[in-house]
Amino acid sequence: MPKRFASIWFRHLLTDQKAIRQPGLKGKAYVFAEPDHGRMLITALTEEARKYGVTEGMTVADARVIAPDLQVFDGKPGRNVKLLTGLAEWCLRYTPLVQLDPPDGLLLDVTGCTHLKGGEKAFLQEIVSRLKTIGYDVRPAIADTIGTAWGVARCASSGLIVAESEHRNALMPLPPSALRLSLNQLLKLRNLGLHQVSTFIYMPNSVLRRRFGKDMVLRLQQALGQEPEYLFPLKEPVPYNERLECLEAIKTRPAIEIALNNLLEKLCKRLHGEGLGLRLAMFTWYRVDGKNGNITVGTNHSSNRVQHLFKLFFNKLDTVAPGLAGIELFTLDALKTEPVSDKQSEIWSAKGGIDHEEVAELLDRVAGRIGAANIHHYLPGEHYWPERTPKLNTDIKKTPESEWRTDKPRPMQLLDTPEPIEAMALTPDYPPKLFIWKGEQHVIVGADGPERIEREWWLEPGEHRDYYIAEDEAGQRYWLFRSGHYNAENNQHWYLHGFFA
Amino acid sequence: MQPTKQDIISKLRQDMIRWEGFRPPQPGTNNDLGLGPVAAAFPDGVFPTGAIHEFISNSPEATAACGGFIAGLVQKLLSDGGACLWISYTRRIYPPALKLFGVDPDRVIFVDVPMQKDVLWVTEEALKCEGVATVICETKDLSFTESQRLQLAVEKSHVTGFILRKDVKKANTTACVTRWQIRPMRSQLRTGMPGVGHPRWQVELLKVRNGRPGSWIVEWKKQSFQTIVTPQIKEQTRQYA
Repeated sequence: MPKRFASIWFRHLLTDQKAIRQPGLKGKAYVFAEPDHGRMLITALTEEARKYGVTEGMTVADARVIAPDLQVFDGKPGRNVKLLTGLAEWCLRYTPLVQLDPPDGLLLDVTGCTHLKGGEKAFLQEIVSRLKTIGYDVRPAIADTIGTAWGVARCASSGLIVAESEHRNALMPLPPSALRLSLNQLLKLRNLGLHQVSTFIYMPNSVLRRRFGKDMVLRLQQALGQEPEYLFPLKEPVPYNERLECLEAIKTRPAIEIALNNLLEKLCKRLHGEGLGLRLAMFTWYRVDGKNGNITVGTNHSSNRVQHLFKLFFNKLDTVAPGLAGIELFTLDALKTEPVSDKQSEIWSAKGGIDHEEVAELLDRVAGRIGAANIHHYLPGEHYWPERTPKLNTDIKKTPESEWRTDKPRPMQLLDTPEPIEAMALTPDYPPKLFIWKGEQHVIVGADGPERIEREWWLEPGEHRDYYIAEDEAGQRYWLFRSGHYNAENNQHWYLHGFFA
Repeated sequence: MQPTKQDIISKLRQDMIRWEGFRPPQPGTNNDLGLGPVAAAFPDGVFPTGAIHEFISNSPEATAACGGFIAGLVQKLLSDGGACLWISYTRRIYPPALKLFGVDPDRVIFVDVPMQKDVLWVTEEALKCEGVATVICETKDLSFTESQRLQLAVEKSHVTGFILRKDVKKANTTACVTRWQIRPMRSQLRTGMPGVGHPRWQVELLKVRNGRPGSWIVEWKKQSFQTIVTPQIKEQTRQYA
């Protein structure tokens, strides 16, 4: 299929946007000005201002002389790119491939998209009328190459749709400025009396290159389709996505749920056919008034079960804000997919392990509420240091590579940070006779130890610990340790680290 | 032959137990949790799985004891497969210690809920899930309505739930099937031996529906519960040991 590109030219991008925000300005002469070398230069202006003879690059002082009732606003550099980005996102409803074309345009790859709106003519008409309702004055064009579409949109008086392989003829009557050339090159062409593309299009490339530079030849060839030119899309197209356009704007919660379910069914059916499941999915809505938003959900296991995925989205559906205008388009993108695991091996066990599908779905729901970072799973870590013995595991399907050690007793409850206690030991390296924790005195009647655990010096510096299991008169069992060696002069550093069952 | 009055009454009793949410143990599952004489306190002499059990603790030491006791029960519940969820607000449980009570720590998923009010929401979701074998929930407060919700959830899914209530000032009425209080006790060693013996607890069954509450001394030894019945018998074991 031959490529078709559309170029949309926003004739008064900045001033139109101002009028949208301040409807009172409509039909008035006003300009945007930015400081440059100590003067205020006009950067954008309305059609009404142009009628007075005001042009871009004129100083504000000069313009005020010609047009006494001219209103001047401060322009912000980079504002147009911001506006264009928003408009490009809006244009994603027409095609997934949209590129910004600063300072005042957008480029769309519309190959295979136009028939959805009933042909190229209807496609362009819809773009123009929709943008006009918003308040933008645009001129779009469709052609075989990006260069031609750009030129036709900006310079042609009629014939905004260039039929297939007619782009050379369409370029002929256009002025050289239709070719995206620099000001220097344009001046040179004008001085030589070349006012139309047709006057130099048949000149040999070597002649053009010598006089106007490599750049000009490249632009000409791109417009003619002799050199390839590619779009750099605003968003990477997602291989698995579904879209749902609504005939009427949607405002109610049940309707949004139906839309989501509809999209999920379509996507899951497709994924199921290819043996894939979702790991990360994004549900995006586009409102009639140009605003949009999205919800993202992730799963522990790749899943293509509609009910499960719907539940995950359901918890977050409150954030969908249809506003007063309503939603006109929903899209669902599968940002990450993985092959679904086969369930054959699990059929024999009654309940399965922790990687059971139902458990994975439960964890997804829980993660949606409290965050996936709060669900922990541990594997035996090959460390003696108590804090590092359980190793945090991120992939729940992983099975331990080594055994959990059972040769040393470990407390049921471990404090995150050991709490300092006052302890009294009769002889060095013997368990303490009594200790005071939180103002309460515990007399120790039985104790085991010491079990020396060395600090892992390759990981962190510090003293070793001598651990004791101590049982007090009430039968409560504690895990105490002395940090470092016994030292008669210094105060002993005793800590409580855990409670035994 | 006409059924005797005794038969009818016992039949009705069985029915009542079933209506109250108890289910007869599924064939092929292992319902003996190795509690020994303690099990006699339960209706039919079987530990009620697929129900909510409440544990009360007032101190971190008692919480550790409860943890050990629950882990001992969970060990048997997990032998048929299924996952175990440990849901808590401020978790102190030390995973490697579970191995000493026969539970593989890598089969337990720890859900550390950042907000207290989400604990019961997560617990209810987990109890509804049939792929889960058992759920342990550490929480502070549990109102009657909340406990009813949890009980209703397990009646459908037949998951066994343990609610470990910490720092309970006043034990309110709940819809849980049992209420336990586990306190650590002095461990016993052979006479003349220094050190600390096997974990030993004063297990109090404060409340059990259709059963007989009681109090026992239970020791965890050789990967199973050992009930120390009377001091007299303890003397005898001492001789053989």
